[in-house]
Amino acid sequence: MSHHLVIKDLTVSFNRVPAIHHINLTLGCSSCVGLLGPNGAGKSTLLKSIAGLLPLETGQIEFRSHQEETNDPPGRSIAYVPQRESVDWDFPVTVRGLVEMGRYPALGLWKTFRAEDHQIVNEALEVMDLREYADRQISALSGGQQQRVFLARAWAQQAAIYLLDEPCTGLDRNARRAFISTLHTLRSAGKLIITSHHELGDVPDIFDHVILINGELVACGETATTFTPENTERTFAMKAFSGHSKEEVTSRRHTS
Amino acid sequence: MSWLLEPFEYEFMQRAILVCVLIGFTNGFLGAFIVIRRLALTADALSHSLLPGLAVAAIFIGLNPAGLLLGGLVAAVIVAVGGQLITRSSRIKDETAIASLYVIAFALGVILIRFAKVKVDLDGFLFGNILGVANSDIGISLATCAITLSTLLILQRPLLLTLFESSVARSQGVPVQALLTTLMVLIVLAMLASLQAVGVLLSLGLLILPAATMYLLSDSYQAMSWGGAALGVTGAVLGLMISFRANIPSGPAIVMVLGAAFLGALLFSPKYGIVIRALRPRHLHKESLDRWKTS
Repeated sequence: MSHHLVIKDLTVSFNRVPAIHHINLTLGCSSCVGLLGPNGAGKSTLLKSIAGLLPLETGQIEFRSHQEETNDPPGRSIAYVPQRESVDWDFPVTVRGLVEMGRYPALGLWKTFRAEDHQIVNEALEVMDLREYADRQISALSGGQQQRVFLARAWAQQAAIYLLDEPCTGLDRNARRAFISTLHTLRSAGKLIITSHHELGDVPDIFDHVILINGELVACGETATTFTPENTERTFAMKAFSGHSKEEVTSRRHTS
Repeated sequence: MSWLLEPFEYEFMQRAILVCVLIGFTNGFLGAFIVIRRLALTADALSHSLLPGLAVAAIFIGLNPAGLLLGGLVAAVIVAVGGQLITRSSRIKDETAIASLYVIAFALGVILIRFAKVKVDLDGFLFGNILGVANSDIGISLATCAITLSTLLILQRPLLLTLFESSVARSQGVPVQALLTTLMVLIVLAMLASLQAVGVLLSLGLLILPAATMYLLSDSYQAMSWGGAALGVTGAVLGLMISFRANIPSGPAIVMVLGAAFLGALLFSPKYGIVIRALRPRHLHKESLDRWKTS
């Protein structure tokens, strides 16, 4: 099975001011991609526009796979994992209940849960190492486990593309290691994982490909050849081409 | 036994009890969706904004249940949509916008209701008068309850996706905005159904209290909605009995019964109760006791 995410000439604006400009890139499956750039570079914007959450000013986003004939609605092959802070963890649902929600798009309004749905849910809990926490309320989990619950839900959705917004924020060293190894499990299962990330030190350990952006695409390719000091320096030092005033851009560069 | 059965001998009480069962169930079930989405204050705003709509309907169509339904619905929609418009077009945040609009609407309603051709019992509108339930009211209650419950049951999955994390739901192709609008309309319908029993001001209690109580007792949204429905029925019928016996208005009686249940859960819920948690022995691990014993 081979998937390709093709982004052509993508521009997304807020209030008529473009946040990302004319981005072209192609990504393949079985890949863990790091989305890197300074604060305000448009990392979240790019993820959200791939997830279909933002209107596109120009360009298009295509997702091609061998299974294209199945007529799956695009919503099911892409799983967006939001930042941990934006979730209401007091929501009255258990880990299993949350993962079961991943089946809802496939079940629609009417179909009942069948044995195979339960099997997929169990598999998702297994892959994400959450079996023993299945009956816990979701607030009674550690930060790393909370991240994995969303990945398990995406697995239950049978998504091919995982979009993660700064998942490593607030995770300590051990939780981060465990989390990274689950990302690699997903990669081995043929998934395409795109993760925004702001710590540059561990990039080669996590990602096989990187996208460097700062308002526009700076570089995109294999980590070994693309994640070079020159490219990184260029990304973080360049003045983002946007409608913002010069001071704003300069101060943003200092904070990153 | 006769204390319990005697009220059922009166026809007006039979009607009242039937309405209580219907609205208790519907409001209790719907309440779960409102509590988990933290929409209680929006629901409050909608309940207040019903009044001018009811007044306008009373002025132009008289006290006809269908007219009241329409008037209330239109007024609530104007306040809800107006709140959205103010939020988007100015620096006013949404809760301030809705609060400003509903308090204006409520004041307008109190004034307008004086101009109704028929004599309108303002107290009845505000606090309910269930013993005045007519057969046509039962039809309206039955219809609104049926619409609300069937819509919620059919849309349960996408609604839960939306209420839990709307951005994820949107990425899955769920029409988030349409669902939230539907939920608002259902809130207004449920409130209109309970108008006769508990009135504009207290309808919120019937909507929120059962779900809030269940939220303290359980960690599952299924338990919240079905349990809330059961609690709503119990509270409404019990409140009605008390109102009949003690000769107090039905609305406050029902809300007080539900309020007592809420308070009980707040203090004594096995998992989240304040008293229960305070009484629980402090958890010290045996190993840690052995290691750090100070003696």
